[in-house]
Amino acid sequence: MAGLKGARERWVRTGGIELCVAELGDESRPTVLLVHGYPDSKEVWSEVAHRLAERFHVVLYDVRGHGRSTAPTPLRGGFTLEKLTDDFLAVADAVSPGRPVHLVGHDWGSVQSWEFVTVPRTEGRIASFTSMSGPSLDHFGHWIKQRMARPTPRRIGQLLGQGAKSWYVYLLHTPLLPELAWRGPLGRRWPKILQRVEKVPAGDYPTASLPGDAAHGAWLYRDNVRARLSRPRADAYAHAPVQLITPTGDVFLSERLYDDLGAWVPDLTRRSLPAKHWVPRTRPDQLAAWIGEFVGANEDRSTKAPKTTAKSGVRPEYAERFGGQLVLVTGAASGIGRATAFAFAEAGARIVAVDRNGEGAARTAEMSRLIGAPAAWGETVDVSDEQAMEKLAAKVASDYGTVDVLVNNAGIGLSGSFFATTSEEWKKVLDVNLWGVIHGCRIFGGQMAERGQGGHIVNTASAAAFQPSRALPAYSTSKAAVLMLSECLRAELAGQGIGVSAICPGIVNTAITATARFAGVGEEEQKRRQQKASRLYGLRNYPPEKVADAILRAVVRNEAVVPVTPEARGAHFMSRFAPRALRAIARLEPPA
Amino acid sequence: MASAMTKASAVTGGPAADLRGFREVQRLSYECAEAVAAQLKPGVTEREAAKMQRDWLYERGVRDWFHRPFAWFGDRTAFVDFKIPLQFFPTNRRLEAGMPFILDMAPVYKGYTSDIGYSGCLGLDPLHDKLLADLRAHRELILSQVRERRSLREIYEDVDRLMVRQGYANRHRAYPFGVIAHKIDRVRERRWSPTLFGFGTQSLKGLASDAVHGHRDGWSPLWSPYKFSDHPPRPGLWAVEPHLGFRGTGAKFEEILVVTDSKDPEQSAFWLDDDLPHVRRWNERDV
Repeated sequence: MAGLKGARERWVRTGGIELCVAELGDESRPTVLLVHGYPDSKEVWSEVAHRLAERFHVVLYDVRGHGRSTAPTPLRGGFTLEKLTDDFLAVADAVSPGRPVHLVGHDWGSVQSWEFVTVPRTEGRIASFTSMSGPSLDHFGHWIKQRMARPTPRRIGQLLGQGAKSWYVYLLHTPLLPELAWRGPLGRRWPKILQRVEKVPAGDYPTASLPGDAAHGAWLYRDNVRARLSRPRADAYAHAPVQLITPTGDVFLSERLYDDLGAWVPDLTRRSLPAKHWVPRTRPDQLAAWIGEFVGANEDRSTKAPKTTAKSGVRPEYAERFGGQLVLVTGAASGIGRATAFAFAEAGARIVAVDRNGEGAARTAEMSRLIGAPAAWGETVDVSDEQAMEKLAAKVASDYGTVDVLVNNAGIGLSGSFFATTSEEWKKVLDVNLWGVIHGCRIFGGQMAERGQGGHIVNTASAAAFQPSRALPAYSTSKAAVLMLSECLRAELAGQGIGVSAICPGIVNTAITATARFAGVGEEEQKRRQQKASRLYGLRNYPPEKVADAILRAVVRNEAVVPVTPEARGAHFMSRFAPRALRAIARLEPPA
Repeated sequence: MASAMTKASAVTGGPAADLRGFREVQRLSYECAEAVAAQLKPGVTEREAAKMQRDWLYERGVRDWFHRPFAWFGDRTAFVDFKIPLQFFPTNRRLEAGMPFILDMAPVYKGYTSDIGYSGCLGLDPLHDKLLADLRAHRELILSQVRERRSLREIYEDVDRLMVRQGYANRHRAYPFGVIAHKIDRVRERRWSPTLFGFGTQSLKGLASDAVHGHRDGWSPLWSPYKFSDHPPRPGLWAVEPHLGFRGTGAKFEEILVVTDSKDPEQSAFWLDDDLPHVRRWNERDV
């Protein structure tokens, strides 16, 4: 069986057809039932299924008329949601008699699973439901009705937006044409189209049964869509906990479809994933992690921890996006790095806090666990040491997993005129500020790219990257290099779903002033200037927490260059529209 | 002058009776805090909690205040988004399960003043526990540095650095003048003792007169991060209140530190009382 090695196969007879059912994993474990979409067969789940099989009893079946399951005759009227529910119950009873199953649906698999989870006759058979890219037709019907009934400009926009994304649904309602296209040229070209447009990795998916699946599956639409959207059920309330995973780049479904979902689902967990429609192929690691976590939490309801209310200041969109992800922050023992680690921790991410100050890194990890990180580790590494970084990367990859968000934040300050700066000092600044970022991007970014399941890299540059100054030649040079490195890397990684952001904070109250070097002055004067700079930055008092918030926002929105403080924004604006004014400012002698 | 009187006594290590008086009112205050904290339950507002403190102390003979009782719940314990001093006053914020709270009061009793802060949490919160436990290092740091006679401004900065190292935000910075401590004194008992913006006029008068004298001699009754605190610790009684904040959770303690001009380091500075709830808590953890 292509893509489902080691699966045990059986046939389930129901309502005059035969369903092909595959099973993986230990049957004594909780059962996770994966339902595929259109135009697919159960093999769409192969990557996710193998990952889940380590912990669960995983069951997949070909929906009637798809893959190796037989098709009903006649086709018309053979694909109604009622009949699909019969199929589900037959499979569930065969593979998990007497014990409820954890349902997972993608695309049409999710659409029909919504029916399963909202009709009374399945009550007690479903322990949880994870939905991706497939709304309930009943909820969808109400969604349309509400917007038609009170058409504000925004609601009209939402209707038109989803209306445009549903173009293929209209085409599928035409007679014969879809069948001809799928059995003809479209069926042949589909694998290439998926690779090019949806970035689905090449391999043994889609399977050879695709033309038949797609031709039969057109009846899923014809038998249900018009009927349900025009007369949606009024009692479509979910009787099991639901986890909704929303791919933010889905070209077929608007995120707005789920705005009112809270009214239908009493126990709803939301997740968001920056990916396109075919997430079971493009993001299997993340899906397996979220499904595993959700199934685990709902398997034994008695031990389930009560849902903690989100603390004030934690935005739900951060928790939806970063929950359970692995975030590595360098320079995490203080300042912006530490605040960033805490912000990700609050959103429920797992944290690797890296710093050459091991005590501080450990402290960051400890506090991260207290505020919501499911796990956090402190690591003592100097980012300018390539070998140490390689060792760290190997350890992280083997012990904690592949990094989802990398924050290259470690940096040191150096002030003083160009001629006062020795080559030793130049080397030191470039080693940490530039080479540290290069090592991070090359080693951890490389792992990310190799995994091929997206991610994000954040590099801390500085407002000094575009504001020249006679007082900060070395520091500004290093940060300008980081900015350009980020831009180049962003271009290179864009095709792989990996975003790169450069953060330009400006004057922020952190410990960088206390450790900054001042070139060309004695030790006594060093101390005095450090103290003075610290006091000045303290007076400015821009908190690193706000920079951390800007970093999370930049990752969610995939922003390229993010100036943070007002002075950084001003300098960024002037660098584009009034560079001569910036050069005049650069000539000012800083007070000693 | 009342302040002159205490100065004389504290400076000389003074009549033990005076210290006993201060210790008595500080204990009374902490008893009040514990009694009120035990009555807090979900739904109680800050105003109600402040009134409970006021009533409890009034019943036991308190008629004048250094400042009237405060109560902060939830993220107000970390002074989140505090812009103006009026925000310190109790609001109608209701206590919920799991919320941290702080009770802060400064009664005057038999002419002696105390100023205390009591941090608690409705239910268990490991984060709040951590903050409380981490305050211990600040109590030890402040005492040792005062004994070394370092400038108050430098001590303030050291406390600040310790907080940063611990990962916390300095929230006493939000107090008027950003003070970590202020002097307190005996107050003359009068029949009528009005308050001004929550502060007792008698105590304000004492503080103002200290400020005037101090200004002439180069010291200040306010222990702040600013230049006017760039002097060694001044003998007298200081109400010290380091206040930690961490992402919407705050914790503090406040108690009296006695500074004398004794040459013996042990006698030159000491905490007025070591039998206080937060200190007992630390010691219990040790055992």
